[in-house]
Amino acid sequence: MMTPSLEKNRVPKIKSFQRALGDNAHVNETPMATIKMQIKRLNFYYGAHRALEAINLDVYANCITALIGPSGCGKSTLLRALNRMNDLVPQSRAEGEILLDGENTLAPNVDVVEIRRRVGMVFQRPNPFPKSIYDNVAYGPRLLGVNKRSDLDAIVEKSLRASALWDEVKGKLHESGLALSGGQQQRLCIARTIAVEPEVILMDEPASALDPISTYKIEELMQQLREQFTIVIVTHNMQQAARASDYTAFMSWQMSGALLDATRAHAGRIIEFGATKNIFTNPQEKETEDYITGRFG
Amino acid sequence: MPRDTFEKLLTDLKNQLLELGTMTSQTIAKGVDALKTRDRVMAQSLIARDQEINRLRYAIEEQAYELMATQQPLASDLREIIAILLIAIELERIADHAKNLGEIVIHMGDEPLLKPLIDIPRMAEICESMLAQALDAFVRRDAAAGRAVCERDDVIDQLYQQVLRELLLFMLEDTRTVTRAMNLLFAAHNLERIGDRITNIGERVIYAVTGKLEELNTEKELPE
Repeated sequence: MMTPSLEKNRVPKIKSFQRALGDNAHVNETPMATIKMQIKRLNFYYGAHRALEAINLDVYANCITALIGPSGCGKSTLLRALNRMNDLVPQSRAEGEILLDGENTLAPNVDVVEIRRRVGMVFQRPNPFPKSIYDNVAYGPRLLGVNKRSDLDAIVEKSLRASALWDEVKGKLHESGLALSGGQQQRLCIARTIAVEPEVILMDEPASALDPISTYKIEELMQQLREQFTIVIVTHNMQQAARASDYTAFMSWQMSGALLDATRAHAGRIIEFGATKNIFTNPQEKETEDYITGRFG
Repeated sequence: MPRDTFEKLLTDLKNQLLELGTMTSQTIAKGVDALKTRDRVMAQSLIARDQEINRLRYAIEEQAYELMATQQPLASDLREIIAILLIAIELERIADHAKNLGEIVIHMGDEPLLKPLIDIPRMAEICESMLAQALDAFVRRDAAAGRAVCERDDVIDQLYQQVLRELLLFMLEDTRTVTRAMNLLFAAHNLERIGDRITNIGERVIYAVTGKLEELNTEKELPE
């Protein structure tokens, strides 16, 4: 059994500071590290429905940030907002700012394809292309204009090594990616994502369709990947968030009395954000406590 | 309640802990009674009782591990189970100290007491009351009450030092009293340790309630 949680002590902690995270969100001892992405006053709508409200969140570089919360609280919407994947949903609309290295990715003149290269994504179900393992990984680099065989070979090997798949597939690179096991397929998708050298990797329930061993492999892989990348993960598995992340944001759409009005009902908000070890041993908000102890949600 | 099964298991575990607490408290009372009355039969029964206490402590420990492994408790649930586990261990150790009182009674045989017992029963009385208070604080999830328990340990420490000084004088005046003085000193020492362990229980209560680890039982200096 791997214990990635032991690694948590390596999170840079320069000094503790308190930062307002929106109206009713509680900051649970937020240590300071370099900020890779910064979400400011983000509201998100699907048509008239407000899916996210007043989201403020810092995503720290080379750390793993987990988004947890009950179904429908907007975790996946928030994750997909980070690389503008939501643009593909008709009538969706964002207000506020999402800064990547200080630049607003929601600005009108932004190159969305470039944003999605810098902020890659791994989905819930492994979705390799119906191509060879090699071509799956080389797909992105080829689109970006890498055509020299030796360069592609190097990228494919490097990416497969980084996704801890190389030793298992090096002898069959030209076999179909779909012939791999589910866990291997998911690591292939991670290799495909990192082949274009992103800076941030978004993972939407990356292990929910996998068996426990494959799950641990993905979690262990995340610990290695964060040396090089910044990771944001959505997970329903609280033990996974507890094991694998450095920071946790608890989101919910439930609102206390005064805030509950028809237009804002069910809009997802961040209730509490903090170091994972604090959120799971001593959350400051009752709503967080109720959710992670299984008394709500 | 979405977690009825878990709630029930946790409540069961808490009840067993309270039972262990009651048994432990009784052994303190019995230990001092045996010392006062020099009742060796009572002292023997105290020693036998200790095995039951050990068994219950291991049963609690095992169930706590099982709950952690199967129910994955988090946040206040996790802190509560850890507190139960550590309090059970403290209670078992307290019972060991109480058992030592019984062993002293047997060891003393028919030798007359060096002096009438005054401070030692007083220490035992405070220990019993502190223990009840500590377990009550745990049940009510009252951190302030947990802290108040720890403060009372100072009184036990003062009484112990008083006993120590007094017995030292006996021994200095007449070296033939050393064996009998040491028996009483050993009894007082066991009660002093019980006070420290009840303080540890108070610390566990504070952790379970607030999530803060506080060291309340700092090393007290004894006279040279």
